[in-house]
Amino acid sequence: MLMKRRPDIPSSEITDERIYVDRRKFLATGSLLGVAAATGALPGCLKASPSEGEADDKLTPYKDVTTYNNYYEFGTGKEDPAENAGSFRTSPWSVTVEGLVKRPAVYNLEDILRPVTQQERIYRLRCVEGWSMVIPWMGFPLSAFISRVEPTSQAKFVEFTTLHDPRRMPGQRRPVLDWPYTEGLRLDEAMHPLTILATGLYGRALPNQNGAPLRLVVPWKYGFKSIKGIVKIRFTDRQPATAWNKAAPSEYGFYSNVNPEVDHPRWSQSKERRIGEFLRRRTLMFNGYGDQVARMYAGMDLRRNY
Amino acid sequence: MFTAALLPLAFLVWEGFTDDLGANPIEEVELRTGRWALRFIAITLAVTPLRRLTGWNEVIKYRRMLGLFAFFYATLHLIAFIGLDMFFDVGDIVEDIVKHPYITIGMATWLLLLPLAITSTKGWVRRLGGKRWNRLHQLIYVAAITGTIHYLWAVKKDTFLPLVYLGIIGALLAWRLWAWLARRRARAPRPPAAIS
Repeated sequence: MLMKRRPDIPSSEITDERIYVDRRKFLATGSLLGVAAATGALPGCLKASPSEGEADDKLTPYKDVTTYNNYYEFGTGKEDPAENAGSFRTSPWSVTVEGLVKRPAVYNLEDILRPVTQQERIYRLRCVEGWSMVIPWMGFPLSAFISRVEPTSQAKFVEFTTLHDPRRMPGQRRPVLDWPYTEGLRLDEAMHPLTILATGLYGRALPNQNGAPLRLVVPWKYGFKSIKGIVKIRFTDRQPATAWNKAAPSEYGFYSNVNPEVDHPRWSQSKERRIGEFLRRRTLMFNGYGDQVARMYAGMDLRRNY
Repeated sequence: MFTAALLPLAFLVWEGFTDDLGANPIEEVELRTGRWALRFIAITLAVTPLRRLTGWNEVIKYRRMLGLFAFFYATLHLIAFIGLDMFFDVGDIVEDIVKHPYITIGMATWLLLLPLAITSTKGWVRRLGGKRWNRLHQLIYVAAITGTIHYLWAVKKDTFLPLVYLGIIGALLAWRLWAWLARRRARAPRPPAAIS
């Protein structure tokens, strides 16, 4: 098979060796899709050449990224956030830092952003519902901010909270979730270099429906972990309660790492539909970021810690 | 009325061609065909109450067609699942039906509607006899409930809309129960008669 190197792959587009190997394995199993793609029966649907696997992760169009959103604060329909969040004001904005930390304070957004350098990160986003996107975020490592506020040695977890303001967030007028939305990470997950606070996408300011002005992005976990519209960051020694876990404990765990082996109780997680594609693709362990993150979970039973 | 019942499909096809079905068109097709199947089940179930309450007897002429449209949209829904969503991946389809209750009950709903669609012709009414045919077609009551539960279980968290459907279908079935009890009470002095 002819393998051509594509010269212009952004360094931030992370598609590691393991995925290539997985793709080969996938083809070797002779599954329907693999055979069809290898014989060229499905042009454009699935590239057979592993080197083109990287091109497979092409960016999801801006329009889809900004009109197909789960942001229940602005409605539960996929297009509701884009329709309802237009007039949401994100300035002024501040983030309260509290708990087991040496510099607890209310930080203005400008103050948070001043010392950091914005970088582009192209990440896959896998929703627990079985769809995925590839999004070019603008943001900075969460670790930069955490180091600045200096958690104490007792701090083991970080809890994030979304703004709670039913007048500005119409979705909060119905008790769909226990508002405000909260999420959490273990401190080592929060400090991981892949974990970012995002302030933009496609080189532009973050649209309101995508979580402006400040959201978390944790690419190896299901999308709902990447909390939007953050107003509070709390450091704690206990695993914090999280919104979806409270809503349905048997369906959404604290870790919620992307894991094709562990099904959601109501649907399979082994495959996903990349937005814009027809055929479903296989879901990758840790959303394809296993090389960077798997060691954090060494020795853990991921079936129990779903 | 026949043309009106085809409008939802026409819209779907039109928006499909103009790329107006949003970022996840397959999901949108599944959602819309499923909802229309449930709506047509509810409309079909409304025929008899409407007739009894208003005395508008001609409406019964449309019942078969409405019921067949429920089956038509349910079939499109099933085809969208098998052909678009799963792309005929038999292993995955079987696994989904066996392992995931909301799909199991959805599949069961379609299977409940199938014999009703097959025996919807005049010939089948004759062959089965009115009484047996009526009895068989009471399966739509079961299908109405399982179909709505399918919708309820498929939803992640916001169950508002499925509960509205459940309420409407529940009311239509409750009316039948009430009418049946009233009929039975009217015949109370005599020993209980067969239910039709």
